Amino acid sequence: MLRFVLRRLALIVPTFFGVTLLAFALIHLIPGDPVENISGERGMDPARRARLLHQFGLDEPLPVQYARYIGHVLRGDLGQSLTTHDSVAREFATLFPATVELAFFALLFALVVGLPAGVLAAVKRNTVADYAVMGVSLTGYSMPIFWWALLLILFFSVQLGITPVSGRIAVQFDVPSVTGFMLIDTLLAGDLDAFRSALSHLVLPTIALGTIPLAVVSRMTRSAMLEVLREDFVRAARAKGLPRWRVIVVHALRNALIPVVTVVGLQIGLLLSGAILTETIFSWPGVGNWLIHGVQSRDYPVVQGGILLIAGIVIAVNLVVDMLYGVVNPRIRHA
Amino acid sequence: MQVEGLIAPPSRLNDFWRAFAQNRGAVLGLVLVVFLVGLALGADVIAPHSPIEQFRDFELAPPFWDHGGSLRFPLGTDAVGRDILSRLVHGTRLSLLIGAISVAISLTLGCILGLLAGYFRGIVDTAIMRLMDVMLALPSLLLAIAVVAILGPGLINAMYAIAIVLLPHYVRLARASVMAEAGREYVTSSRIAGASALRLMFATILPNCTAPLIVQATLGFSNAILDAAALGFLGLGAQPPTPEWGAMLASALEFIQRAPWVVTSPGLAILVTVLAFNLTGDGLRDALDPKLRRA
Repeated sequence: MLRFVLRRLALIVPTFFGVTLLAFALIHLIPGDPVENISGERGMDPARRARLLHQFGLDEPLPVQYARYIGHVLRGDLGQSLTTHDSVAREFATLFPATVELAFFALLFALVVGLPAGVLAAVKRNTVADYAVMGVSLTGYSMPIFWWALLLILFFSVQLGITPVSGRIAVQFDVPSVTGFMLIDTLLAGDLDAFRSALSHLVLPTIALGTIPLAVVSRMTRSAMLEVLREDFVRAARAKGLPRWRVIVVHALRNALIPVVTVVGLQIGLLLSGAILTETIFSWPGVGNWLIHGVQSRDYPVVQGGILLIAGIVIAVNLVVDMLYGVVNPRIRHA
Repeated sequence: MQVEGLIAPPSRLNDFWRAFAQNRGAVLGLVLVVFLVGLALGADVIAPHSPIEQFRDFELAPPFWDHGGSLRFPLGTDAVGRDILSRLVHGTRLSLLIGAISVAISLTLGCILGLLAGYFRGIVDTAIMRLMDVMLALPSLLLAIAVVAILGPGLINAMYAIAIVLLPHYVRLARASVMAEAGREYVTSSRIAGASALRLMFATILPNCTAPLIVQATLGFSNAILDAAALGFLGLGAQPPTPEWGAMLASALEFIQRAPWVVTSPGLAILVTVLAFNLTGDGLRDALDPKLRRA
């Protein structure tokens, strides 16, 4: 097991350096250099330009600059935002809990709805229920979620007026940020109205972001269940006279979960992609929204740092999922 | 000599079609794809108006089934009086073009890189595959945004960005197929016959790896269209007044309460198109290679 973990860790290192190289290249590939971007339209006299280039270390050879960049990254220094002049790493850390909260509930929604739907489709194979689940799943998988989010707003917020349109909490509530997770913070503050407001703000973004993972989960669950239901141990369990639900839930589903859990773990990249769009539409103050603003306002340190951090998180989560899979399934470990 | 009553074995095409036609969803998808291609090709004839002509007297006209709508603008008009149906039809051409070009770039590059990696192994393989790992580590939309941040927003750059995002999938597929095929006897015999490395890679091995690549290319179409629309929606892809579906949605946002039809129809067009390619791709996969499974 230790060898397996070490091998996986060794594979991560080049990938991580590759990502830093990409993030580093980003600044150098953009048209114009950062100094030019700071000076904007007005231009800048050559002496001041040279001084700034020197100040940023941009007059040194690229390998030296890269080495220094890596040094900064390893110390957690990702530079400053050009617009707010705040540390990029600190901004990311402040906003990240909002994204995690949204992604967590989206995944929860996908599992709570997707698992039973997938099981139902597998057990009732080739019936109306199966076709319905598969049809909805395929539609969900093809859904442009930025449009889906708009439809949800149109129906639930504009027509019915039961959910808020944007943000994490109504403006009148002022909850001290302790954990950064709004639901937990409101509870810690003991403010139930604020909690309810935060919860109602979560509903639509959760559905919007959870739809594609939901489609994937129900599809995976169905195919994994279909495979497991053919196995001898399921027939044996049935032959023993166990109740049908027990065979399905305890014997079949538990074994079908292994591939499903893996796929769910690997959805994290998809979830973050979706979060960028979802956060933009619902003005959700998370890292996706922040990154898009960074791109639009040409705030390159934000774009660079954001890409690096998100990629790092995806790599780390994939690693953990990989290892968990190795724990659950010994065949992978020794492959 | 043909013996009376003896049935010829089904041709490969026949065989494939029988397997494909069994899947009703796939046939539906294919019909939709053909329809969309027809729309795209005949956009100039089919669209009732020019996609950028502004009928200033008919701003935000509702679709014909709504009160106050007319058949002159069947799906209504947008905020500056452009006919939405015409924009959607021309948008079909754009979206299919984006899909075709980005998939073509990605497929070509991916095949070359994958063949090189799978054929030569060693340091070439390691270098190419580590690079692909880096690209896969980034969420697809994030990578596309990074590329657009470098190249600048715009339709053409969005296509390049999407081609880059799709690339690792083709490289991996091509590499895996090459590695599976390289040890086969027909490759060895071709090598003994004196075929060069290039000939072995492209003429001997590649034609035997096409099935998974065709499937991936079809599914890549739907990803490309979806990502292009997302980039357009974020203002990083096609720029107004280009009738691109994602960009149309973005410019319609502020009218969502007053005129919901400006928001519903472009999204529906994206959904139907993506669905059509996904259905077709699923059907192709089942028909071409039952062993392939979608993750």
